[in-house]
Amino acid sequence: MVTLSCRSTSTREINETLRQLPPGSEVVITDPMGTHNLAVGLMQPIIITIDGNAGYYIGGLCDGPSITVKGSVGWGVAENLMSGTVRVEGNASEAAAASAHGGRVFVNGDASSRAGISLKGGTLVVGGDVGHMSGFMAQAGTLLVGGDAGEALGDSLYEAVIYVGGKVRCLGADTRVKDLNDADVLGVKELVAASGFDGIDPQNVTKVASAKTLYNFDALKNQSY
Amino acid sequence: MCGIVGLHLKKRSWDGRLGELLTPMLTALTLRGPDSAGIALYADDGPDGPLKYSLRAVTDLDWSGLASRLEAGLGEPVTVSRQVGRFATLMSRARAEEFLYRLHADASGVVMVGHGHAIEVFKDVGSPEEIVGRYGIGQAEGYQGIGHTRLATESAVTTEHSHPFTPAADLGLVHNGSFSNYASLRRRLQDAGVTFDTDNDSEVAARFVADRLRRGDDLGDALRMVLKEFDGFYTLLVSTAEQFAVVRDAFACKPLVVAETPDYVAVASEYHALATLPGVESATVFEPQPEELHVWSR
Repeated sequence: MVTLSCRSTSTREINETLRQLPPGSEVVITDPMGTHNLAVGLMQPIIITIDGNAGYYIGGLCDGPSITVKGSVGWGVAENLMSGTVRVEGNASEAAAASAHGGRVFVNGDASSRAGISLKGGTLVVGGDVGHMSGFMAQAGTLLVGGDAGEALGDSLYEAVIYVGGKVRCLGADTRVKDLNDADVLGVKELVAASGFDGIDPQNVTKVASAKTLYNFDALKNQSY
Repeated sequence: MCGIVGLHLKKRSWDGRLGELLTPMLTALTLRGPDSAGIALYADDGPDGPLKYSLRAVTDLDWSGLASRLEAGLGEPVTVSRQVGRFATLMSRARAEEFLYRLHADASGVVMVGHGHAIEVFKDVGSPEEIVGRYGIGQAEGYQGIGHTRLATESAVTTEHSHPFTPAADLGLVHNGSFSNYASLRRRLQDAGVTFDTDNDSEVAARFVADRLRRGDDLGDALRMVLKEFDGFYTLLVSTAEQFAVVRDAFACKPLVVAETPDYVAVASEYHALATLPGVESATVFEPQPEELHVWSR
């Protein structure tokens, strides 16, 4: 077990040390004190615990590690995640999992505005509420919200799908509520099991997807893209 | 990008620690605003105390000489309570209008940075660390303070363009963001007789709030009018001798974190600026929602 303290080690030194750890290593980052850019750009499956509240872009650009934050995080947690998991035990500020291509991001508390903005295939599961403009322009992937969703949910959504356990304040442009099918229920059930957010009833979530009036790819119809 | 911080102490027993607590909060946000910084501190001399004038000279100046000349003209004592290079705080019980008339008539090239019964204002070009050091902010006492670290986007980097903006007695405003319709709002205020010191967008918001307060609004009402009238991106922290308020625009793309305990309300653009405060680990920490206004009163 490696321990790194933000009091005595610079962010750059912490990230350089993390980058050199062999797969399977376990590391604890102590005294984060809201520090930005911890555990970013890591390409190997290592297990990282951040022991307290951290700042912006925690776990951003990662491809493989499993990161747990024992506190809350600032903007852009797991931004552009490629694979691996990031779990936030507290709340996440704006733009959680922005542009994530893969991997899973779990937020036990609330996430604020623009959660899952421009999601590109990753999965964001929020146990509590999400703020306004969540799922904005999300292209692919899944956003599951256990609590309520703020204004303009899924505005200008492409192919990503949103499920909300609580109330939706209002939908954004070009989104609509769709019927749940068996595949949706199975998918949500699996995410509930993985996240441990047992309060979410997979049979009883609101599914929000694109209404497809603002975008279409007629030229590519029946082709994969 | 800019950084804003504020600290509103709820208990008099904390007053001695204002500068000590606010200084690391401000310097923590250096990366958000490295070109200039400013701070407004409120200390409790009460409404019956003398008025304090935070002044800046454009060339080197003999402050005691200025105080003597003003005293002779006003027939009231004028004292220099703080002096750091080209900045000084003068105190007097004379009427503000009369003091400012005499100051202007003296023609010694002095600009007023702020005035009031409670407020003292320090702002300058340079890094936040240099500025808090230069003015001895760490030793300052008081019950409330707001601060700003500036990365200019809309207007020049000068002392006049830096925050806080303090267009009325005991009013201070710091802004993170950029307004988009400030030129038309400035024209409207100018048509109503309001004068401006700079072409800075944040000064328009400060003068707008001052104008609303002069018309009888309380700070909450004035900021609700800001939400109605101002377009653009903004998180504002505004203080008067009695109140301390924050507001975020509808986009909420300029951050703010609030930490409240039984002893204080602390606000900052980023959480790490609050992480050094005593008791923050058990504080109620939240982000104001879009178009949400929070006001704390003494």
